[in-house]
Amino acid sequence: MTYVFDYEWVFEYWPVLLKGIGITVELTLVGGVLGISLGVFCAWVRSLGPTWARPVVTAYVEMIRNTPFLIQLFFIFFGLPALGVRMTELQAANLAMVINLGAYSCEIVRAGIQATHAGQFEAGASLGMSRIQTFWYVVLVPALQRIWPALSSQVVIVMLGSAAVSQIAAEDLTFAANFIQSRTFRAFEAYFVSTLIYLALAITLRQLLRGLGWTLFPKRTVR
Amino acid sequence: MNDFTTWDIVRNLLLAARWTILLSIVSFIGGSAVAGLLLLLRIGKSKAGRVFARTYIEIFQGTPLLMQLFLAFFGLGLFGVDVPAWLAAGLALILWTAAFLTEIWRGCVESVTKGQWEASSSLGMGYLQQMRYVILPQALRVAVPPTVGFSVQVVKGTALTSIIGFVELSKAGTMVTNATFEPFTVYGVVALIYFALCWPLSKSSQILERKLNVAHRNH
Repeated sequence: MTYVFDYEWVFEYWPVLLKGIGITVELTLVGGVLGISLGVFCAWVRSLGPTWARPVVTAYVEMIRNTPFLIQLFFIFFGLPALGVRMTELQAANLAMVINLGAYSCEIVRAGIQATHAGQFEAGASLGMSRIQTFWYVVLVPALQRIWPALSSQVVIVMLGSAAVSQIAAEDLTFAANFIQSRTFRAFEAYFVSTLIYLALAITLRQLLRGLGWTLFPKRTVR
Repeated sequence: MNDFTTWDIVRNLLLAARWTILLSIVSFIGGSAVAGLLLLLRIGKSKAGRVFARTYIEIFQGTPLLMQLFLAFFGLGLFGVDVPAWLAAGLALILWTAAFLTEIWRGCVESVTKGQWEASSSLGMGYLQQMRYVILPQALRVAVPPTVGFSVQVVKGTALTSIIGFVELSKAGTMVTNATFEPFTVYGVVALIYFALCWPLSKSSQILERKLNVAHRNH
């Protein structure tokens, strides 16, 4: 192997990398918050919502969980304009991530809700709580606490999956790596550096989510 | 200009799906073999082996599969060989699959209660005998549903190989779109084919889980 590694370009192109990191973080943040919210709503529909809406949510969840993120992205960005729905690359990327995480977190949250004992509902009702109150305090919060580790891993998976949004020219970290390698012809080095950045992002995100879990659920009520 | 009927689109996509299936099978089998070796290191007695397996898993689970594909594609190229896309795709997917399967299987081995290890060791069994006759047969029952479930991730993972130029279902979808200008239909059909491949796997994983009822067996 006679190849000489060259990382000189990092000094010239770090603003490009930084911008890419910013977009990846932004996509993860928006996708994470909205995706989990969508997931909680869908989990509510599937376990306690109106009966007619349940098959709709089930179909959505199964469809998303059994197709690749890349195809969901292409369908939203290239396919939907045929129906007159137009959006920018970033909007499409965000939408795809929200829809994707929504389906996965629906399944995760639902598992947490199912683990709640039926007697808990009756206990809530006997304390004079409304159905919504019972759902929020007695069912949802303990369920979220129970499944928080699984939910955290899913958010990390979605962050790593967001590398695919570079394919619709959303300017995330992978897009920055593609740009740099096209300018410097240092493909391996560009992807190697971005891989390390992704690894650092994943480890940081995991720690942040763990900390967030302790802040959100300070009292451990779930056994 | 040629006109493309819907059947032309579907037929071409179905033909390309063969490569998705083939790559999935190769990745799954290769990944299982590597995962078996990693598992021995991960739960073995050597500290260096455990650290190696842990680091391997951390790296492959903590970076995007797309980046791993790029690195395999351009990294192999550094050795001066002209790397075909299928080779880089297969290599990256095998290594990626192995990381996840190792973690899944480790959980399964550790779910076998400590008493089983103690009981078998009190019968005078060595490590390999314990594994062969006591631990693995029990761990295997626990491992089947999540392993089948993970195979869905492998099939979906193959979609990313289109980006380094391997022509499978997703790449074919892009090519057919470029020829027909009907992205809605084409990507819709592509999604349906993926669904047809993945859904039976997801479903059988669920059914197996219920059938083996492993979650509550040790209580």
